[in-house]
Amino acid sequence: MPDSEVLHAEHRLEYPYSRSVGPVIGAFLTGLREGQLFGAMGSDGTVIVPPTEYDPQTAEDIGELVEVGPGGVVESWAWVPAPRPKQPLDRPFAWALIRLDGAGTSMLHVVDSGGPDRLTTGDRVVVRFRPPDVRIGSMADIECFVPEVRDGAEVREGLR
Amino acid sequence: MADEPGGPSTVTEDRGPVTTLATPIRLDFNFTPGVAQSRFLMGLADGKFMGQRCSVCSKVYVPSRGSCPTDGVPTIEDVELANVGTITTYCVVNVPFAGQSIEIPYICAQVLLDGANLSFMGLIQEVPTDQIRMGMRVEAVWVDREELSPSLASVRYFRPNGEADADYETFKEYL
Repeated sequence: MPDSEVLHAEHRLEYPYSRSVGPVIGAFLTGLREGQLFGAMGSDGTVIVPPTEYDPQTAEDIGELVEVGPGGVVESWAWVPAPRPKQPLDRPFAWALIRLDGAGTSMLHVVDSGGPDRLTTGDRVVVRFRPPDVRIGSMADIECFVPEVRDGAEVREGLR
Repeated sequence: MADEPGGPSTVTEDRGPVTTLATPIRLDFNFTPGVAQSRFLMGLADGKFMGQRCSVCSKVYVPSRGSCPTDGVPTIEDVELANVGTITTYCVVNVPFAGQSIEIPYICAQVLLDGANLSFMGLIQEVPTDQIRMGMRVEAVWVDREELSPSLASVRYFRPNGEADADYETFKEYL
């Protein structure tokens, strides 16, 4: 059989999972929908973002959520020069670990800096939420983080 | 994230707390069946079942993977199989699930085509679910000629062909 007779076809495998988020993650996601960032106050005073349901030191229930951000510091990052179809942005971006102001841990999200030469570890960034009417309670409610420019337009975009 | 279909979930009218999150998982991929399975699929597009015979043990596999799993030799002899076969085992599906395309209850069965030494799964129709049985003789019902394609979708279903049930001894090796 010549190669030209060998068949090929596009297949799609899809599972429509839905999961319960629980009270702590639920509160975090509700915050995202409302344009706020919350972390969990641990017993040693460390604020964990995104919040965990249990204190990592004592395994006790998390009792208190505190607001963090909207700005933060890039702790590390990796540039994505050619985003794949399901990635968050359709233009090159950075996956980054961002320690939000007031947080003791860093959170993985996207930084839209315009190029790898315009992002440095230690840079300050600020959250950019999607418009309120399309936010649903998901990490994707955060469109991305953008470099913080004092007295500039990008800072205002970060405010809800 | 940006183009994920899922997302909202429990946003109530007053936008109460978020309690669930839709997290669909989707994998898009290209499937290349290879030479042996391509022959089987092209046979379906021609309205017939094509298998391959092992030159050592003479077993006929349908669909063939291109080699005999017992003897480890390539299967190169193409064999056209009958349009009729025997139900070896079956399952009556009563449980709804996401993406279900057939109205329940329906019957899935392993069909051993005459001349084959390997059964494959088929949909059984035109028989009440309480009358299905092992050994029932069935025939393939194909889509219209112009709708044939290199896919098992060319076989609409199998239905009883009226023959007497096959003797258990004739298919017990294939359970």
